[in-house]
Amino acid sequence: MGHEGIGASVRRKEDLRFLNGRGHYTDDMNRPGQLYAYIRRSDRPHARLGAIDTAAAKASPGVVAVFTGADMAAEGIGGLPCGWQIHNKDGSPMAEPPHPVLATGKVRHVGDPVAVVIAQTRQQAKDAAEKLAIDYHDLPGAAGLREALAPGAAPVHDEVQGNLCYDWHIGDKAMVDAAFAGAAKVVKLELENNRLIPNAMEPRAAVGDFDPMSGDYTLITTSQNPHVIRLLMGAFVLHIPENHLRVIAPDVGGGFGSKIYHYAEEAIVTWAAGKLKRAVKWTAERTESFMSDAHGRDHISTAELALDKDGHFLALRVSTLANMGAYLSTFAPCVPTYLYATLLAGVYKTPAIYAEVKAVFTNSVPVDAYRGAGRPEATFLLERLVDVAARETGIDRVEIRRRNFIPNDAFPYQTPVALQYDSGDYTATLNAALKAADYAGFESRRAAARARGKLRGIGVSTYLEACGIAPSAVVGSLGARAGLYECANIRVHPTGSVTVFTGAHSHGQGHETTFAQLVHEQLGVPLDQIEVVHGDTNRIPFGMGTYGSRSLAVGGSAMVKAMDKIIAKGKKIAAHLMEASVEDVEFKDGTFTVAGTDKSKTLTDISLTAYVPHNYPIEELEPGLEETAFYDPKNFTYPGGCHVAEVEIDPETGVTSVVNFTAVDDVGRVINPMIVEGQVQGGVAQGIGQALLEHAVYDSAGQLLSGSMMDYTMPRADNLPNITVGTESTLCTHNPLGVKGCGEVGAIGSPPAVMNAVVDALREYDVRHIDMPATAPKIWSIIQAGRPRMAAE
Amino acid sequence: MPQVSLTVNGTQHTVEVENRTLLVELLREKIGLTGTHVGCDTSQCGACVVHVDGTSVKSCTMLAVQAEGANVTTIEGLAAADGTLHPMQEMFREHHALQCGFCTPGMVMSAIDLVQSHPEGLSEHQIREGLEGNLCRCTGYHNIVKAIAAAWPLMHGKTMPAAAE
Ligand code: FES
Ligand code: FES
Repeated sequence: MGHEGIGASVRRKEDLRFLNGRGHYTDDMNRPGQLYAYIRRSDRPHARLGAIDTAAAKASPGVVAVFTGADMAAEGIGGLPCGWQIHNKDGSPMAEPPHPVLATGKVRHVGDPVAVVIAQTRQQAKDAAEKLAIDYHDLPGAAGLREALAPGAAPVHDEVQGNLCYDWHIGDKAMVDAAFAGAAKVVKLELENNRLIPNAMEPRAAVGDFDPMSGDYTLITTSQNPHVIRLLMGAFVLHIPENHLRVIAPDVGGGFGSKIYHYAEEAIVTWAAGKLKRAVKWTAERTESFMSDAHGRDHISTAELALDKDGHFLALRVSTLANMGAYLSTFAPCVPTYLYATLLAGVYKTPAIYAEVKAVFTNSVPVDAYRGAGRPEATFLLERLVDVAARETGIDRVEIRRRNFIPNDAFPYQTPVALQYDSGDYTATLNAALKAADYAGFESRRAAARARGKLRGIGVSTYLEACGIAPSAVVGSLGARAGLYECANIRVHPTGSVTVFTGAHSHGQGHETTFAQLVHEQLGVPLDQIEVVHGDTNRIPFGMGTYGSRSLAVGGSAMVKAMDKIIAKGKKIAAHLMEASVEDVEFKDGTFTVAGTDKSKTLTDISLTAYVPHNYPIEELEPGLEETAFYDPKNFTYPGGCHVAEVEIDPETGVTSVVNFTAVDDVGRVINPMIVEGQVQGGVAQGIGQALLEHAVYDSAGQLLSGSMMDYTMPRADNLPNITVGTESTLCTHNPLGVKGCGEVGAIGSPPAVMNAVVDALREYDVRHIDMPATAPKIWSIIQAGRPRMAAE
Repeated sequence: MPQVSLTVNGTQHTVEVENRTLLVELLREKIGLTGTHVGCDTSQCGACVVHVDGTSVKSCTMLAVQAEGANVTTIEGLAAADGTLHPMQEMFREHHALQCGFCTPGMVMSAIDLVQSHPEGLSEHQIREGLEGNLCRCTGYHNIVKAIAAAWPLMHGKTMPAAAE
C-alpha cells in the first residue's frame, strides 16, 4: 500500500500525548484512598537478620501498617519464582534457593528489601521507615565472581556451599581438543564484561488495589510483560487466580530488559492492598533503582581460538564465570547459557566450539537480561578475540573476518552450538559499513589527528545475534518454564475502524505506529482508524510481552495470522453479498472483488454486514468480525551486521571520544525506517556507554560504590557522536513478515567496535587488550606505562 | 503548613505544602500536572525541568515555597489552546526525538530555553553541551540534537547563521 504501510517512515501516533505531558506512566496513576509504601532495604551486603523492632515506626504519624518477611511467611506467601532451569554437566538441576519477597533469616545484598511501611503520604512512610530498628549480625560477603568462588568463601545461601548455581557446558569438547592439538596457531585472551545498571529513565513503580466486593486485585506496574507478571505473581507468590487479578502496564518509560522480571515490590503492594483494603502505591527513588533493578552482564571469560596456517578458524574454546547476584531473577539462568554460548559461532564458520559456564551466587543485586542479554557478551568476546588473532597472525583485521564468514550459499547454516541460521549476507553488511565509514580513507584521518596531537583508531565488529524469541518446544527442552509465542486479537468494528489487542508491550518501541502500519498494509484501513491496545490483562487475551527483539517477529506475525482469518471470513461474507463463489473473491487494498467482474465490496461494507447480519449466510457463519491468533515462532531470527567505530584519544588526559560511528545492520524487512534508525541509535548509545563510561562497581565486601547517577556514568549528549545507521537486509525465511528485529543490535555490535578502535589507537603502545569501560584514568595509565614500540606497524 | 501561591500555565493556584515539599511534588501531586517527571534523586537527569519565570529549572531541586509568586510553565502549558504544538514539540515529533517519552517533557523544556538563550545561533557542539543536564536512555540523543537544530529557525523566525552550523 501507499505511503503509510510497510517501508514508510510514518511519524509516531503515540508522540502527541508524550509531547504534551499526557502520557500515563504508573506513578501518574492514583486510586481513591491510596496509601504509600516505602521499603526499608538492607544497607549490609550479607548479614543474619535478628529482631526487627517496628514499634516506633508503627507509632509514627500517618502510618497504617508495617510488614516484615515474617508477616508474609506467616500468610504462606511464596517466594519469587525463577522462569528458567539450567542443568549441570552431570544432568542434575541447578541450585535454586528461595527468593523471599521480604528478606527472612538473612539479607544477601545491599538493597535486599527487609520491611515495608505503609502510610498516608510518601514522606510519612519514609520518615517512619527510618525508625525501624533492625538487628543485623554481619557476615563476610563477596560481590565479585572470583571472591565468591574462592575456597572458604561465605555461602550466600547456606544450602549452596561454594556458591555455584550451575556448571553447564555446550559443544563437542573432544572435537575441539583435537582441533587445538593440530592447530598451526592458538590465540588466547582473558576478558571481563563489565557489570551494568540498566537505568531506564522511568524508575520502577507499582500500585496495588483490591475490591472487597468482587475479590478482584489490580496491579498497575512498570512492566514489559503484564501477562507474565499476572501468571508468576498470581500462581506462585500470592495464589490469586487469573480471573481475580488484573495487571496493567501503562506507558512505561523504557525497560531495556530491567522491567521484564517479577519484582518483590509488585507482590508487596498487591498483597498489602488486599490486607488493608486500600490502594497502595510504591515508586522507586533512583537510589533504590541502583540497588534493586536487575543488573546486566558481569562475566569473566577465557577464550581460545585455534587457527590453521592461513588464518581459518578451526575451533573455539570458552570458559566463562557469570554473576547471578544474590538471588535468581526471573530469566537470569538462561542469559549466560542459551542467550550467550549458543552465539559463539557468530558470523564465522568455525567448525568446532566448546563452552563451559559457571554461574555464581554473590552478595550483589540479581543479574538478568539487559539489552542484548548474553549476545553482547558473546560478541565482545568473539570480536576482540578475532582482532587479537589478526594482530598475532599478521592478517588484516577485515580480511581475517572475510576469510571466515559463513558464505551466502551455506544457509540454512547449522552451527556447532545448536542454532540454525536461516539467512544473512555478512559480506554485504561489511562492505556497506566500510564504505559508509570511509574505512579506506582512515589512515589520512589518523595522520591528521596525529598532527593535532591525538591518537586516532578505527575498529570493526561483524556480529550476529539471535532474537525473536522463541519456539516454545525448543525453549521448553532447554529449561524454559514458559512458552514464547505471542497473541493478537484484531477487532474490525461495524463501521470499519480497527482495534488491535496485542500481547507485546511498547515502552518506547513505537508499536502503536508500526503495528498500525501492518494493519494498514494488510487490511487497507487508514492509519487514523487503527488503534493499538497493549499492556492490560483484562483487555488482551494473552501475551508474553516485549524483550529479545520479539515484538514484530513474533507479535507482528500473530497479527498477520489474525488478519488472514479476518480476510478469509470477509471473503465468505463478500461472496454471499456478491453472489459469487468464495474461490473467486479477491481482497486487495481494503476491497473485495470478484475475479473477472466489476463487482466490489469494501471492508466497511463487509464489517457492517457482519454486525448487522440481515442478508448473511447465518447458517454457516457466525456474525461479527474479530479474530484471535497465537503465533509460535519456528526458529529464532538472526539479525547481524557490521559496526565501525572511530575514536580519538587525548594522550594528555586519556579521554577517549568516539568521533564517528557507523552501523549497517541486517534486520530483515523494515516496516518503519525512522523507528529502526532510532532503535539502532539508542542501542549504540548504550553500547558506547558500556565501552567507555558505565561500570557498576562493588567493593570487596559487597558495598555498591556506583550507587547513584553521580557515581555511575550515564552517557550524555556530549559523550556521543552522530550515529550513522544503514540497513542491508536479507529476509527472515520463517516468519510471514520476513522481519528479524532491531531492538538490540545496536547494543550488541557496538562495544567491540569501540574497543577494537581504542586498542588500534594505542597501537604504538604495547596493548593487546583493554577491558571495558575504557575510562580516562585507565587509558592515561596505559599511555604512561606503555613504551612506544620500536617497530613501525 | 505554609501556603504558596503561584501561576502555573496561566492558572493561579494557592496550595498548602510542607516546608520540604519540592516544586515537582507540588506540580505532580498537589495540582495533578503529571507531565513533569522525576527520574532521579540527585538532580542529574533533567526529567523534571520546567520554566520558572521563563528560565529552565530542575523542579526537583527547588522547594515549592521558593516558587511563591512565580510564573511556572510546564510541558502541559506549551501547546496553544487549539492544540497547535510549540515548534520544539513539532520538531521532536518530526525528527523522532522521543521513544519512551519519559525524558521528553524535561528535554523539550530545556531545549526551548537553550534555543531562546542563543539568538546568535547554536552549533551541534553547543546543543550537545547544552543538554548536559538532561539524560535520555532511549534515543542516543542523535535525533534530539537534530530536532533542536531544526526548531531554532522556527523559533527565531530566520535561518540559522551559517557560522553556527
Ligand atoms: S528528577 Fe532528575 S534532575 Fe530532577
Ligand atoms: S525517550 Fe526514553 S528516556 Fe528519552
